[in-house]
Amino acid sequence: MAKSSVQHGNKTLNVREIIQQKKKSRSVNNYTEKLIPKILFGIAAISVLTTIGIVLTLITETIAFFKDVSFIDFFTGTQLKPLGENAVFGVLPLLTGTIISTLIAMLVAIPVGLMTAIFLSEYASEKTRKALKPLLEILAGIPTIVYGFFAFTFVTPLLRSFIPGLEPTNILSPGIVMGIMIIPMVASLSEDAMSSVPNAMREGALALGATKLEVTWKVVVPAAISGIIASFVLGISRAIGETMIVTIASGSSKNFTFDVTQSMQTMTAYIVEVTGGEAAAGTTLYYSLYAVAMTLFVFTLIMNLLAQYISRRFREEY
Amino acid sequence: MKYVDTEQVHKKMGSRLLANNLAKTLFFLATLFGLVVLIVLIYRVLADGLSWINMDFLMNRLSTDPERAGIWGAITGTFWLMLVVAPVTMILGVGTAIYLEEYAAKGRVSSFIKTNISNLAGVPSVVFGILGLTVFARALDLGSVVLAGGLTMALLVLPVVVVASQEAIRAVPQFLREASYGMGATKWQTIKNVVLPAALPGILTGVILALSRAIGETAPLVVIGIPALLIPVPDGIFDKFTILPVQIYYWTIDSALVAEYANLAAATIVILLIVLFVMNSIAILIRNKFQKRY
Repeated sequence: MAKSSVQHGNKTLNVREIIQQKKKSRSVNNYTEKLIPKILFGIAAISVLTTIGIVLTLITETIAFFKDVSFIDFFTGTQLKPLGENAVFGVLPLLTGTIISTLIAMLVAIPVGLMTAIFLSEYASEKTRKALKPLLEILAGIPTIVYGFFAFTFVTPLLRSFIPGLEPTNILSPGIVMGIMIIPMVASLSEDAMSSVPNAMREGALALGATKLEVTWKVVVPAAISGIIASFVLGISRAIGETMIVTIASGSSKNFTFDVTQSMQTMTAYIVEVTGGEAAAGTTLYYSLYAVAMTLFVFTLIMNLLAQYISRRFREEY
Repeated sequence: MKYVDTEQVHKKMGSRLLANNLAKTLFFLATLFGLVVLIVLIYRVLADGLSWINMDFLMNRLSTDPERAGIWGAITGTFWLMLVVAPVTMILGVGTAIYLEEYAAKGRVSSFIKTNISNLAGVPSVVFGILGLTVFARALDLGSVVLAGGLTMALLVLPVVVVASQEAIRAVPQFLREASYGMGATKWQTIKNVVLPAALPGILTGVILALSRAIGETAPLVVIGIPALLIPVPDGIFDKFTILPVQIYYWTIDSALVAEYANLAAATIVILLIVLFVMNSIAILIRNKFQKRY
């Protein structure tokens, strides 16, 4: 076989033919090379389309809702009676339910989560941290429905033995359980923020004679504060959007109250209740679903953007 | 002149050290709190549910009679759901990741898509349920079937797959790509034959984690309208269905009426947690076994 030829099938090709063949295969390749990025761009665009889809469905149906119910009545109404002849749609009972359950959750998640983060990042040995962190992550991986079951069948009866006036469904127990669910998230994000504070800063403070607590509280936490606050905001967003725990354990009474022993409904639980059957398309009840979902979406979106902004804007660079 | 009042320092030392030790104990107890809750939760679930798990419970269909009720329908439904979610979310997620990492110019479009994905990750799952209900179940007229639920879940867990795949693709060292180009391969050939195989363990880990998230999610499917009624065991993606978490949900709220339903819910939770545990272990196994450091 000559140097300038190659065996192809049972035919020997010379250089010119090889080049021609190469060109032919290259033109097929060229075609794929041009097509593939377009397909991939189309696929990547689907996530954007999803967002647009969410926003569009929410907006169109919400507009339909506000043709039936005035904007002001919706946001200032303290009564929510979506069923029956004289249906009243005030979102305040749902808003207070959501805000109160979120507050309770954060009262649990912020202190415990921050203290856990401090322990893991500042006090624990490498070995302890490696053992404890995966265990905590299990807590974050448990489905919310399991927490709902836990709140309803264990935490509520337990609390009722301390608080006699507690109703079988109330906002306190799901709030606490929701806080427990969020602890790992706050802890792990805050720990990341604190771990990225350079050791030189700790050593400087220690060399001046500060105790470990003083180093943590006066040096590490202030240095990592943007990441820590971002973790709180994300936790709040998580609590606002949490659905199954509150649906199961806080009942469906649309009470406008600040009494945590009472049954209250959150925005998410209302969505589950209304979609769970009776809402026929086109009714005000059906549209109210979208108005509530829109409110929920806007709330969580603001929180998520805020968290991104805080961690970007106030990041300390070392 | 004295800069440090030694006497003062000595006087305060004791209380400062005490505060430090108290704080250390407090922080440790806070860390233990989460773990104690975890233990109590698992103990409660096992105590309530373990004795109810047997072959009949796994293989029986739903029934209003707690003694005869089983979760075969929910197991089959979960299986069919995964059969929709896995390919859809894998194609969408990996495709998006390849585009962002290999093709997209580092500019407005790619950073817009990235911001969009991270915001999508923060949208409450119940809102995805509304999207699924409006678009898949009603506008496309699929109804509350496996396909509608699966597409909704695939979009919900998409950010998990995208982020994991992006990280896996980014971790493939540049010299592998350069070697491939040096051999005369085109860009797509390089991605297909070099980058993706090298990134596969990371991608698979992400997909399994996304699937385990989808298995545990309840709210979107309840919103789409998974019926509480007794439905036949699904045979395909166009059938009505139920899944384990939805079954737990209905049994939990009905346990106020029939006490045994709480046991059924607990037994189903045990099964669900075992499934999740196995999936997460597989993900960790893949990550540890195939993780290459270059």
